[in-house]
Amino acid sequence: MGQNGAGKTTFIKHFNGLLKPSLGTVRVNGVETTKTGVATLARNVGFVFQNPDNQLFSETVEDEIAFALKNFGFDKETIEKRVTWALDFLSLYQYRKTSPFLLSGGERKRVALASVLAWDPETLVLDEPTIGQDHEQKEKLRQFIIQLQAKKKTVIMVTHDVEFVAECNPRVILMRAGKIIANGPAKDILTTPKLLEESSLVLPQIAQVFTKLAHIGLPADIIDIDEAETAILSKAKEKKHP
Amino acid sequence: MMAIIELCDLVYTYPGVSKPSIDGVSLTIEKGEFVLITGPSGCGKTSLCRTFNGLIPHFYQGELKGQVTVAGQNVTGKQTFDMAKHVGLVFQNPENQLFALSVEKDVAFGLENLGMSREEMRKRVDWALNLAGIYDLRERSPHEVSGGQQQRIAIASVLAMQPEIIVLDEPTSFLDPLSAEKIFDVIYKLNQEQGITVVLVEHRLDLTAKYTNHLIVMDKGKICLEGNPRDILCNEETSRIGVGIPKATLLYKKLKTNGFSVNKQTPLSSDELADQLLEALNK
Repeated sequence: MGQNGAGKTTFIKHFNGLLKPSLGTVRVNGVETTKTGVATLARNVGFVFQNPDNQLFSETVEDEIAFALKNFGFDKETIEKRVTWALDFLSLYQYRKTSPFLLSGGERKRVALASVLAWDPETLVLDEPTIGQDHEQKEKLRQFIIQLQAKKKTVIMVTHDVEFVAECNPRVILMRAGKIIANGPAKDILTTPKLLEESSLVLPQIAQVFTKLAHIGLPADIIDIDEAETAILSKAKEKKHP
Repeated sequence: MMAIIELCDLVYTYPGVSKPSIDGVSLTIEKGEFVLITGPSGCGKTSLCRTFNGLIPHFYQGELKGQVTVAGQNVTGKQTFDMAKHVGLVFQNPENQLFALSVEKDVAFGLENLGMSREEMRKRVDWALNLAGIYDLRERSPHEVSGGQQQRIAIASVLAMQPEIIVLDEPTSFLDPLSAEKIFDVIYKLNQEQGITVVLVEHRLDLTAKYTNHLIVMDKGKICLEGNPRDILCNEETSRIGVGIPKATLLYKKLKTNGFSVNKQTPLSSDELADQLLEALNK
């Protein structure tokens, strides 16, 4: 996370070798990125760009999703199975014969995501995956990230969406002016106003509420809505029966 | 009050598509209103915005039925460049809108086309660049700056035209939340102080619900709910359609379900909820 121009996108482009460091080393699965190519790295590191238009080019949604699978040399049957799975998973099946360019912004973003999910990479790098997505799609994405974690996959996400981060509760790395300024659990970082302000972020709404309630004895480090509910109800009970 | 945008029984289908994207929409927006349109992705929000300045049907072609009247003009009978004097549209993807070699040329482009004098143009461009917080970028190429900065350029180029109506289609999606809030504050100020009519398309109601008293929820090409956000965000139908309810409003609803009621109007921001809770817990 971090403000516009903090270097987040530049940083993650090192993870699949799109950019190579001028100084220092980047190792992906133990291999230095300067000693291998993007095509090799891409098999293990799937990258979904911020702007889907930088990534989409095929004539139909179906072809778009099949493209990488063909290049990785999957057999026809597997390609068909994977494409159908990705189309279903991201609610795109009805558009399989449609040009990606006729779809809405949010839908194009899902096509870009589907085309990467289809080859099932070990590590998934998502640049601003929630932009233009509605509530239902975001919830689906969150569920999917949980599934990936259960399968021991690595998910790296760049986002400004503090509410989405509060729901996912990941490890957060905060960047500013090309440097990492904080690194820790979401619960700690998203409840530290000074750090967030430096990064042009805001507290999630629940944390905003609890920052204002801290002086009456409620914990200030709450970002989860269920935890918030429990804390307020028990405080109210305590008032009734001290 | 005077209607500035009037849609009557609008049905629109893109070329080569069988299902209409706008499916029977009638809507009145009064002059000086701040209107928020939301709804699931693909529900027709962007298409609706494209009818306001005639991009639909003049640019996108397709089949349009019904009546679109904007600033007293029958849009289907006017060219998009005629409507551009009345309606400024900020696109969802700023790259679709920027083309000049420098930021300030991009911002000046619309004014040049209106034949404005050089001095007046200079003043307006600087004013818009400052409002959008990109004065320092004025000599850069719009294509070498970040996505968030491009969105600011697109907003500045529309502000510079000082149109009667500004239509913004998810204008801050690439911006960090603090910058997004600053932009929304600028737009709200223009609406309040200069009476510019604002139509804003947004998923992020947590940042924007507080600016409006006219919220429109669309689904499948139709308007499903319309009215005050305090009523609409409490309506179960809104959640069912898949609109993201701001967390402060959601927490208020959860507490109410549990019998902890603050007996006040539905909060639209964390400040409102915090005040209500402080009062209730300090009783």
